[in-house]
Amino acid sequence: MGCGVSNIHFSDVSRATLSAIKAAVLIQRWYRQYVARTEMRRRCTWHIFQSIEYSGEQAQIKLYNFLGYLMDNFTPSSNERKLISHIFRENDVCRDAEWERYFCYKNIEVPEIYSGPHLTFPLTVEQAMGLVEAFRNKKQLHSRYILQLLLETWKLLRKLPNINRISTCQSKEITICGDLHGQLEDLLLIFYKNGMPSLEKPYVFNGDFVDRGHDSIEILIILFAFLLLYPSNVYLNRGNHEDHIVNLRYGFTKEVLTKYKMHGKRILKLLQKIFSWLPLATVIDQRVLVIHGGISDSTDLGIIARVDRHKYISALRPPKRRVTSSAGMSIDSEADEEWSNSKFLQRRASMTYPKPFGTRSNFQNRSLQDFSDRIREKVEDEVELCRRRTLHLEEQNQNDENEQCVSIQSVNSDNAKEEWKQILDLLWSDPMVQDGCIPNEVRGGGCYWGPDVTEYFLNRHNLQLLIRSHECKQEGYEFCHNRKVLTLFSASNYYDVGSNRGAYVKLGPDLVPYMVQYQATSMTRELTVRQSVGRTERSALKVLREQLFAHKSDLLSTFRVYDTENTGLINLSDWAEAVESVMHLGLPWRMLRSQLVTCKSSEGMISYYEWFNELTIKKPQTDGLIETLYRHRSTIETIFRIVDTDNSGFITIEDFRQTWKLLSIYLKMEITDEAISDLAVTIDSNNDGCIDIDEFMEAFRLTDKKNVQEWRTLW
Amino acid sequence: MAAHRHNSEAMASDVHKKIKAAFKAFDYEANNTVDVREIGTIVFSLGCFPSQADLHDFIAQVEEDHTGFIHLEKFLPVMTNVLLEKRFPPIPEDKLLQAFEVLDKEKKGYLEQEELTKYMMQEGEVFTQEEMDEMLTALTDQKDNVIYYKDVIDELIIDNDI
Repeated sequence: MGCGVSNIHFSDVSRATLSAIKAAVLIQRWYRQYVARTEMRRRCTWHIFQSIEYSGEQAQIKLYNFLGYLMDNFTPSSNERKLISHIFRENDVCRDAEWERYFCYKNIEVPEIYSGPHLTFPLTVEQAMGLVEAFRNKKQLHSRYILQLLLETWKLLRKLPNINRISTCQSKEITICGDLHGQLEDLLLIFYKNGMPSLEKPYVFNGDFVDRGHDSIEILIILFAFLLLYPSNVYLNRGNHEDHIVNLRYGFTKEVLTKYKMHGKRILKLLQKIFSWLPLATVIDQRVLVIHGGISDSTDLGIIARVDRHKYISALRPPKRRVTSSAGMSIDSEADEEWSNSKFLQRRASMTYPKPFGTRSNFQNRSLQDFSDRIREKVEDEVELCRRRTLHLEEQNQNDENEQCVSIQSVNSDNAKEEWKQILDLLWSDPMVQDGCIPNEVRGGGCYWGPDVTEYFLNRHNLQLLIRSHECKQEGYEFCHNRKVLTLFSASNYYDVGSNRGAYVKLGPDLVPYMVQYQATSMTRELTVRQSVGRTERSALKVLREQLFAHKSDLLSTFRVYDTENTGLINLSDWAEAVESVMHLGLPWRMLRSQLVTCKSSEGMISYYEWFNELTIKKPQTDGLIETLYRHRSTIETIFRIVDTDNSGFITIEDFRQTWKLLSIYLKMEITDEAISDLAVTIDSNNDGCIDIDEFMEAFRLTDKKNVQEWRTLW
Repeated sequence: MAAHRHNSEAMASDVHKKIKAAFKAFDYEANNTVDVREIGTIVFSLGCFPSQADLHDFIAQVEEDHTGFIHLEKFLPVMTNVLLEKRFPPIPEDKLLQAFEVLDKEKKGYLEQEELTKYMMQEGEVFTQEEMDEMLTALTDQKDNVIYYKDVIDELIIDNDI
């Protein structure tokens, strides 16, 4: 086929003599170049999304640990503690009978005009199908029925063991799905391709049903409905997002409160409990283990089978340890000091695709400070801490019934810590290429485990395959560790339209996994590879620009170090170095430069002041403050939602001020009371003493006009 | 640091950084090796336009004895020379338009899918069916099912330097 035209120098060829052969070769080379560049862009884009996603998770866990630490070290009467204590309190209603009353749906009336589905219990197949159809048509289920459904679900889940055990007997194929993350379209696509759950069609759903996507509650309703219909044929595993603390940050809380203004709060409270009752693992034919995250070198299915799983409402919070004081009183103290203080070992590469650029050994999330170090630094603070602990002890006497209820439920200290770690590892870990087992500091929870750990674990438990989810994969699935570990991800277009496919697995009696891939959204099929990469890339770059903007002052001061003569210009190489030293994302900045810096540069130099003008924010006020707020906006929003105890979407000005005091410790910000007051007043535009959380967050939107316009034309 | 770096040492160091960045994109195990099958992509993405034979020669120079892997240690110096010598220079952009016009014998302003396929598969260097299918998907106009090469050229033209 080829014609030996290897060494044509095209600069020598004049117009007249360009023959068809040479033309063809020329075009081919250009095309191959273009493909290579597209591929490179795709990898960069993926890496951007992933590094930001994981650093968000890490931020979440660190925040939670920080709040826990505050809880244990502030006096009970302090305002700060009051603001946040409710998220750590075990559910107020302790006894089962009381729970049943709390679920009470009977006095909720369904109005005549309601056009959504009606449910009667026990559910029928037609009703379950009806739910799917209704949600496909964008209908919403009435809160009365949701509460009823949740009650029935809770009753069922309580009877289930921690580890589901199922078999493929009777030549049944079992279908296993990974993360869905509120993407109803994907679930509908799976049902369309594979059929709905039934007696002949068993399903396992491997966690992370909620957060990020828009239809998390609908997915839960469908899954619970089928669970009730076919309790021996539908199996649910808990994921790390089946956790109310995580939900505060990642959108599920917000979704429920928005869709169910009147009863959303109650629904969320009940879901907290239900999540804790979800089984932790599923074993198929005693040979295949299905869990959401992964394992560590200490994972022991025997322990997992025995834990009281429902005591772990959030996998992020270690159990309280009961310690007897000299006065003979029991006090609860922070049990996870080791965890929050542990020196994270050097992280080596993980299995995520595409692989990270450069080593992550210096990974630091720049928006987080390790508060424990800071607090320990000051001697006077130590003294203060001791004083507070004593106070705490004395005040423990005066605790109300709720806390006493909690102490009764507190578990034995050492076992509790061990059990907690087992669950955390199960829900948060990721596989890595190298042997060994190290803490997963990228996510902030669980471990990275290597092929040797897989080998040992499978042998020990007589298993042959580990199926897990938790990580987005471009093809929807990926094998690793000698094909002994299968990662399965069922949310297609997760980062953006066209970013990845979803997949589910079918397992017959031969236990050989058979993968089926798909991609939701009809638009994707019509886009070419070029367009699809282009749009995901635009989205990633937008996110990246936001991050860069949030670090403007650090970047500026770093650029000035390179630009000694104060010309306002920096060359490409220095620019890349400087940006990485501030951002710590391990991204190939040189390759991204042409996308990130659009202002014209002379002779390969970048005018950085002009560049910062490109990245502007909508309401420029006090530069430094807005920038810092912007950088931490996810954390801020999370804290707001925590402070908003009745889940109304509003917080009072006073709470707002208290929140800033809290944040100023965490974020090491210097904010005067005056600045906070000014800010509060500006935001409370209607002067009713309340701040709308959503409105506040809306203020942080970059006016990257070019992108916004382009984005709109695509729709 | 000086704003202008014209001395050769600085240029070489600059080139090294470029090469390392591209290499690391495919270094999945973070141990400075890449699969030999990715070398083409890396070389192309660094702005070079090697022929298939060029690539084969290049790979022969850098591969570790048929392991199927290429180590950064060997890759870096060879690639540096390639870039500094401009051994596989880009084909001038205006030539690309001419090339299409040569193939478009009837001067229609576009190419039919079959026409392009014929030339790519029969006249050029070895071009797989898979590459052909991808190329058609990438370049064909959705509505009219032909390749408007003048528009397509904008897509194919190289970005600024990395």
